Amino acid sequence: MSSKKESFFGTVSFVIIVCLVCAALVSVSAVKLKPLQTANKLLDQQTKILEAAGLLELGTEKGIVATYSQFVTAKMIDLKTGEYIDGNPDMFDERRDARDETKSVKPENDIAGINRRANSAVVYLVTDGSGSVNTVILPIVGSGLWDLMYGFIGFEPDLNTVKSVVYSDHKETPGLGAEVMNPRWKALWPGKKMYDEQNNIAIQIVKGGAKKGDIHGVDALSGATLTSAGVERTLHFWLGEEGYGPFIKATRARGLN
Amino acid sequence: MSDSSIKKVLTQPIVDNNPIALQVLGICSALAVTSSMANALVMTLAVMIVTAFSSLFISAIRNHIPSSVRIIVQMAIIASLVIVVDQVLKAFSYQLSKELSVFVGLIITNCIVMGRAEAFAMKEKPVVSFMDGIGNGLGYGAILMAVAFFRELFGFGTFFGIEVLPLIQNDGWYQANGLLVLPFSSFFIIGLIIWAIRQWKPEQVEKD
Repeated sequence: MSSKKESFFGTVSFVIIVCLVCAALVSVSAVKLKPLQTANKLLDQQTKILEAAGLLELGTEKGIVATYSQFVTAKMIDLKTGEYIDGNPDMFDERRDARDETKSVKPENDIAGINRRANSAVVYLVTDGSGSVNTVILPIVGSGLWDLMYGFIGFEPDLNTVKSVVYSDHKETPGLGAEVMNPRWKALWPGKKMYDEQNNIAIQIVKGGAKKGDIHGVDALSGATLTSAGVERTLHFWLGEEGYGPFIKATRARGLN
Repeated sequence: MSDSSIKKVLTQPIVDNNPIALQVLGICSALAVTSSMANALVMTLAVMIVTAFSSLFISAIRNHIPSSVRIIVQMAIIASLVIVVDQVLKAFSYQLSKELSVFVGLIITNCIVMGRAEAFAMKEKPVVSFMDGIGNGLGYGAILMAVAFFRELFGFGTFFGIEVLPLIQNDGWYQANGLLVLPFSSFFIIGLIIWAIRQWKPEQVEKD
């Protein structure tokens, strides 16, 4: 027995059997658990979108999926023209498209540090009970201190007044940069205006705290200068011409409904 | 294999033969996942499950493993189990898996798992090897939870996410300790724990 198991063929056949068994174990678990994982991912995203829309309480009460499908419509847009395009928003993956050279561009002024930007984006239109749009949610991404930070901006229908800024995925330092998730910091955003009267991007993150009544200023996170600067640059990028600028202009012209 | 030996392999790794404090293995993940107690608990369970089952399987086939490829066979089994644990975590606890996924993957390289497979499971029977895996998971978890307790309490003012010391930024009085938020602070805590254990049990002190 022992001489047989140490022989060349004994060893090779043993290794092959172990590999096959292990491969089967891994494949079965991956395939069987895939639906649950996809559902989790979707639920997580829908939760963040409802939070950006201010519907999270209703969502936890009536179910995230039900609330989402009742109030939220996802639409694909072309970022360059700002027009709606055909396409299935559920199949769109910003991270995949941004890596694909045929489906993304290198921004000329990449202040957000994203390297490549997908040509299309998904916007989320949130309706009130009667069917008119009361919130527009735009996904954003930009470099923080350590890595890309993903999040959403929720706009009032004027596409200037902020309803919320919600980050969903980041790798910032706990206790410092990770305070972008702190409800008290998020509560500073509602009512702020992203653009000034001349329609220039005016939003800024103010170190040491924004002045009272400053509608364009939000307090920086203490101890997280680089994260705060990253948030500001991310917003400036996505509000500008290479981000949602064309969409915001076109939407203001044609109206939301 | 008597009852007492199962009890021994279960309890010994907690203090007397602790994988972190005595053998100083698995330090990497002990630094990375101890910023909150919830993370530390999930990581403990993951390591415990992987160690227990890898020991069980390796022990079950120990008489058939050709010695020339035994390490790679152990690795294949451990790696498969880790992937399965990661997949299960993604399916049932998405929030935690978002924070822990990287470290769960690194269980593959956790010396505790390999160490138990090579040092124990290759020689002993499956059931006692399984228990040895659970015991070492408990020992790993005991240190992890102790470190996470201090880091979460003094770094964030919370205990399992429940506010204990209200932070200044939330209108409380407690100024969080920024050092404890960062992973390397675990070095100090683990060092102090090792010192405390060796004061209590001087036989663990290495001779010069």
